[in-house]
Amino acid sequence: MEILDALLQGFATAITPQNLLLMMLGCVIGLFVGAMPGLGSVNGVAILLPVTFLVPPTAAIIFLAAVYYGAMYGGAISSIMLGIPGASTAVATVFDGRPMAMQGKADFALVAAAVGSFVGGTISVILFTLFAPPLADFALKFGPQEEFALMMLAFATFIGLGGDDIPKTLFSIAIGLVFAAVGLDEISGRPRLIFFDLPGFYHGINFLVLAIGIYGIGEILWTLETSQGEVKVSQASFTAKRVLEAFKKLKQSTLTILSSSFLGYFVGILPAAGATPASLMAYGVAKTMAKDPDSFGKGNIAGVAAPETANNAASTGSMLPMITLGIPGSPTTAILLGGMIIWGLRPGPLLFVNNPEFVWGLIGSLYMANLFTVIINIAFIPLFVSVLKLSFTILAPIIFVLCIVGGYAPTQDMHDVWLIVIFGVVFYLLRKLNYPVAPAVLAIVLGPLTERALRQSLVAERGDVMTFVERPLSATILFLAVLLIVLPAIKMMRHRKKREAAAEQDGL
Amino acid sequence: MTTRTAEMLMAVVMGLFSVFLMWKSAELEIGWIPDEGPGGGAWPFWLSAIMLLCCVVTLFRWWRRATPESRSTVQFMDKNTRRINYITVGSLVALLVLTHIIGIYFSIFLFLLFYIRFVGRHSWLLTGILSVASPVFLFFFFEAMLKILLPKGYSEPLFYPLYQIIY
Repeated sequence: MEILDALLQGFATAITPQNLLLMMLGCVIGLFVGAMPGLGSVNGVAILLPVTFLVPPTAAIIFLAAVYYGAMYGGAISSIMLGIPGASTAVATVFDGRPMAMQGKADFALVAAAVGSFVGGTISVILFTLFAPPLADFALKFGPQEEFALMMLAFATFIGLGGDDIPKTLFSIAIGLVFAAVGLDEISGRPRLIFFDLPGFYHGINFLVLAIGIYGIGEILWTLETSQGEVKVSQASFTAKRVLEAFKKLKQSTLTILSSSFLGYFVGILPAAGATPASLMAYGVAKTMAKDPDSFGKGNIAGVAAPETANNAASTGSMLPMITLGIPGSPTTAILLGGMIIWGLRPGPLLFVNNPEFVWGLIGSLYMANLFTVIINIAFIPLFVSVLKLSFTILAPIIFVLCIVGGYAPTQDMHDVWLIVIFGVVFYLLRKLNYPVAPAVLAIVLGPLTERALRQSLVAERGDVMTFVERPLSATILFLAVLLIVLPAIKMMRHRKKREAAAEQDGL
Repeated sequence: MTTRTAEMLMAVVMGLFSVFLMWKSAELEIGWIPDEGPGGGAWPFWLSAIMLLCCVVTLFRWWRRATPESRSTVQFMDKNTRRINYITVGSLVALLVLTHIIGIYFSIFLFLLFYIRFVGRHSWLLTGILSVASPVFLFFFFEAMLKILLPKGYSEPLFYPLYQIIY
C-alpha cells in the first residue's frame, strides 16, 4: 500500500502542466533522434542534457527519460524503413523488419515494434516499481566499502560480459577514470593533473565533455563515414484497417512479447549489458521458441516484436541500479546519473528518503511516457518516416552546432569546447580500432564516486585494506566482480588450447 | 596506412600518453600514507599504469596477430572517408577559432553556410534559412531564456541593442 501511495504521488508530480509538456516534448524529440540512422538514446540524452539546467531536476529527468524512451521506440523506424539500425539497440530489429518492409509489410512491422515496445515498457515499469523500494531499502546498509565494491562490479561486467577485446576495454575504463581525476584532489585539496598549466583543467573534465565528444562529434564522424552510400527508404501506407489487421496478427506473438519483456528487464539491470544484448538475446529466444524458426530473418512479425520489446524493457531495467544503487546500467543511464550529480542530487539509496518527489515523479512519468510514445508513434509514423529522407549533410552540421553550444553552456568555458572536439576525434579513431568507448563514459561518471568511496573507506579504517574483504557484503560483491573477470579469461584460454590441439591434429 | 599499422601506432601513442599521465600524477604523493591510505596522486598514477599495461598487451597481441585489426591489411581510412573527415574536422576547428574572434553566432552562421551549401550542395534558399535561423534561435534560447551568455568576441557591440530588448 505504501508503494501505491507513493506511486499516486508520483503521478501527481508527473501530471503538472510543465512536466506533462516536457514529457511530451521529450517523447517527440526522442522519436526523432531514435529514427535518425546512427543516433540513439545516448546521443540524444548527451546532447540535450545541458539544456535541462533551465528547469528543476524532477522536470529535467522526466524530460530526459522521455527522450530515452522515445529513442527506444524510434530506433525501430530506421531499422525497418532503411534497413539501417537507428541505434545499436535496434540492430536485431533489422533482421526481420527489413524483409517485412521489402514485402510491403512495413506498416505491420512498425506496429509490431510499437506495440512490443509498449508492452515491454509497461511490464518493466511495473517490475521497476515493485523492485526499486526494497532494493533501495537494502542498499541503505551500504557503506563506502560496499559502494566501492559495487563500482568494481560495474567495471567487471564490462570486462566479463562486454564481449569486446579485454585489454582495450580495460584501457577504456582506465582512461575514463584518469580523466575523472583531473582537477582538485578532494582529500588533500591540491591541484592534480593540470596539463600544461591550463586554468581550464582546474574545474576538472566534466563527464559531459567526454560524453558529447564521443556521442556527439565522434558519432557523427562515424555516421558520415558509414552513410556515404545512397540509402533507400521503403514505402509504408497507413490506414486504420491495416493497423487493426496488424494487431490481430500480433496476437499470435503474445507469449514472445511477454517473455521478451522479462528477459529485457533483467538483462537491462546488469551494468554493461543493457538494451543491445537484451534485444539480441530476445531475438534468439523468440527464434528457438518458435514453431517455425526457419521463417525468422525472412520477415517474421515475432522477430520484430521480440527485440523491440526487450530493448524498451531493458532501458527501464537499466534505471533500477541507477536510482537505487547509484550504478548506471547503460551508457545512457550513466549520463543521466552524471546529470543528477550536476542537479545537486546524490544518486543512491538515499534518493528515496531525501528526494521522494524526484524518484516517484520519474517512475510516474515512465508509465505515462510509455503511453504517450505509443500513441504519438502510431499516429505520426508517416511524419517520422519523412525524417529519414532528411539529408545527413543538413543534420550533421546542426548537431555539431548543438554539441558546441551545449558543451559551452554548463561551464561557459571555451576550453571545454576544444576538449569536446579533441575527444570526439580521438575516440572516433579509437572506436575505429575496436576500442569500446562506452566504458570510458561510464568510468568518467563513476570516477569521482569510486575514488571517494575507496579513500573514505581507507581513511576511516586507518589505511587497512582488509576492510573491503572483512565486511561480508562488500566481500560478496567483490567476489562476484572477480568471478566476472576470471571466467571469460578461463574460457578464452580453454578455447585457445582447444584450437591449438585441433591445429596440431590437423598438422598430423 | 593499413589498419594493422594504425593499430600499432595507436597503441604506441596511447602508451606514451599513459607514461605522460603517470609522470604528471607523480607531482602529488603516489605512495602510501601510513594510517590514511593512498596519497593524492596514487589513484591516477596506478590507473595510468594499467593503461600502459593494456597498451603493451595490445602491442604484444598486435605482434602475435591476435586481434582482427592486426591482421587487417585494408586501408584504415579510404579516400572518401579521409576527405569528409578532413573537411568536417577542419571546419569544426575553424568554427572554434572564429568563435574566439568574431563570436559564436557569426561563426555558426558561416559554418552552416559552408557545410550545407558547399559540402551538402543544398540550395541557396535552404542554406540561407537554416544558417540564419539557427543562430537567431540559439540567441533567444540561451541569452533570453537561459540567461547564459555565449562568447561574442569582437562582435559584442552589435548585440547591445538586442540586450536592451531582452533584459
